[in-house]
Amino acid sequence: MTTDAGLASPATRAINAETAETLGRRIDAVFLPLAALLVGMLIFSIFLLFLGKSPIEFFQIVYKAGFGTSFSWTNTLARAAPLLLAALCVALPARLGLVIIGGEGAIVLGGVAAGAVAMLAPGLPGPIGIIAMAIAAAVVGGAWIGGIGALRHLRGVNETISSLLMAYIAIALMNHLVEGPLRDPASLNKPSTAPLPDAWRIGEIPGVGVHWGLAVGIIGCIVCWLLIERTTWGFAARIVGGNVKAAQIQGLPAGLLMIGFTALGGAFAGLAGMFEVAAVHGSANASLAAGYGYTGILIAFLARHNGLAIIPAAIVFAGFEASSGLIQRRLDLPDATILVLEGIVFITILLSDALQDKVSIVKLMKGDRT
Amino acid sequence: MTTDIGLWGVPLAILGGAIRVSTPFIFVSVGEALTERSGRVNLGLEGTLVFGAMSGYAIAYLTNSAWLGLLAAAFFGMIFGLFHGWICKLPKVNDIAIGIALMIFGSGLAFFFGKPFIQPVAPHLPAFSLGWWSDVPQVQAALRVNVLFIAGIALAFAASWMLKNTKVGLTIRVAGDSADAARALGIDVNRVRLWSTAAGGALAGIGGAYLSLYYPGSWNEGISSGQGLMAVALVIFARWSPINCAYASLLFGGAGALGPALQSVGVTQGYYLFYAAPYVLTLGLLIATSSTTRAMTSAPGELSITK
Repeated sequence: MTTDAGLASPATRAINAETAETLGRRIDAVFLPLAALLVGMLIFSIFLLFLGKSPIEFFQIVYKAGFGTSFSWTNTLARAAPLLLAALCVALPARLGLVIIGGEGAIVLGGVAAGAVAMLAPGLPGPIGIIAMAIAAAVVGGAWIGGIGALRHLRGVNETISSLLMAYIAIALMNHLVEGPLRDPASLNKPSTAPLPDAWRIGEIPGVGVHWGLAVGIIGCIVCWLLIERTTWGFAARIVGGNVKAAQIQGLPAGLLMIGFTALGGAFAGLAGMFEVAAVHGSANASLAAGYGYTGILIAFLARHNGLAIIPAAIVFAGFEASSGLIQRRLDLPDATILVLEGIVFITILLSDALQDKVSIVKLMKGDRT
Repeated sequence: MTTDIGLWGVPLAILGGAIRVSTPFIFVSVGEALTERSGRVNLGLEGTLVFGAMSGYAIAYLTNSAWLGLLAAAFFGMIFGLFHGWICKLPKVNDIAIGIALMIFGSGLAFFFGKPFIQPVAPHLPAFSLGWWSDVPQVQAALRVNVLFIAGIALAFAASWMLKNTKVGLTIRVAGDSADAARALGIDVNRVRLWSTAAGGALAGIGGAYLSLYYPGSWNEGISSGQGLMAVALVIFARWSPINCAYASLLFGGAGALGPALQSVGVTQGYYLFYAAPYVLTLGLLIATSSTTRAMTSAPGELSITK
């Protein structure tokens, strides 16, 4: 479209100004979390300096182990797969104003459900078995987190506390099942369900070297972004997130939306557990409680609960976690080092919320200090 | 020597467990009750509890004094509380989200600095037995009471009295019920909440030190496993009354002792399910006592968690 600036009608000019403003807001929406991440890394560097460790060496190792070679990229992306799905379990309910922090429970039970399906019907052919595992994991995860949404809607139970309590219950349930009714007698040192039939194992995406969970995670993020930003359901959800009472007066089904969005988030987390079983471990066992659900909380907050932003955020933290082993060996630091970094970054991200609408990189660039 | 007392061992072990397990719950929940009465929620007490357990154990080991360890845990807990209170006074910052961040940060720091202290043995906090009248060793063991248990019960009564009858208590309650009314009275709401959160943090630190310095009595990364969070849920159930917090803590302690008690008489089936009993109980009570239609009785008006 070619518009002669001199001849542009006032309406066109108004539209142009509006697009410029939306663009400015978009740039700021990316800039603030990014700045918060960098400030968090800076504070962590000072922490390392106090301990007499070199932050430069630390981040060099993170780069090398997380992003430096094609091998490290494979490792990072394999860790990103469950993180993408776990972050969706936080981000989807968050758009409705619900803070769900117990995604770990849905991951663990999704994995157990997948393992249980493989023990109940090991005779099924591969593709059908995989679909059956996926459905079982999504249903169990969806019911688990959807139940939290239902409790919130029907009984007013605080979802943050109930979701974390249910994560502990889920882990206890997994331990009970894996060491009791679902235990494979052959698994001696590490109680597990029976190994999946070979045909049920999920392979790698050709040419990428990472299992299909990554593709499902990325597609899930895009679908969720479309759902929230481009559908009437997403629009209704955002209104509920803004003000439940106003939404209900408008006749929006706040309860159904709450239960639906939490269940969808839980289904994604359940799938994360299924991929851990079918593509990584080969059976369900205590390795399922690896903390992906908790890192997912941080990723969702860093991405400001935006599905598309979750993808890069998950990859960054997958890289950090992938480098944990090398950091322990090279710098002689404990494995909790990454947890400290994550805690600091989480705090700086939340602090950046206080600056929202106050600091604008776009206005700063223009020299407009209002 | 043990006398065979058969199935009587179960209720006895639960009673003993209630006394032993409830103490950290009492400290964390009374602390959180103070914080919530001022109008803020600190979910980060889980992280504070873990850091209190680590720092208490580390300082007790390094100075060879359990009491210095306890003091250090209270101090670091207060720092965490002050940090939470300071961040939450900034605009647009959500106290629940900050709590989650501090949960991760506190645990991360505790695991980070706690690695060298997993092996060594630190001195324990002193305890005395209320079971002198019995010859049965199990009874004596069950009635061994730590001084912190007594202190915790006393603290719960003192905190309730303080909230009801003193100027400080009134100030905290006004800040929690209506920030506008408090401002009209010339109360600096943020400062009241800052120090209420700091006090809550210090008490949670003491609760953590009890875990590592008495029962279970060693430091490891799984020492808390959600007890700080359960204590926060318990405050809702206790209707923000410190005395009720102490009673509820005893109930939770009993539930927590159920698994080990059954195991001690040879019931090993479903061990993990009994282990989950306190979480199930917390959730059940939370469901039973929450409501969408009526405002929760005696809930502080400014509290984000009940809105």
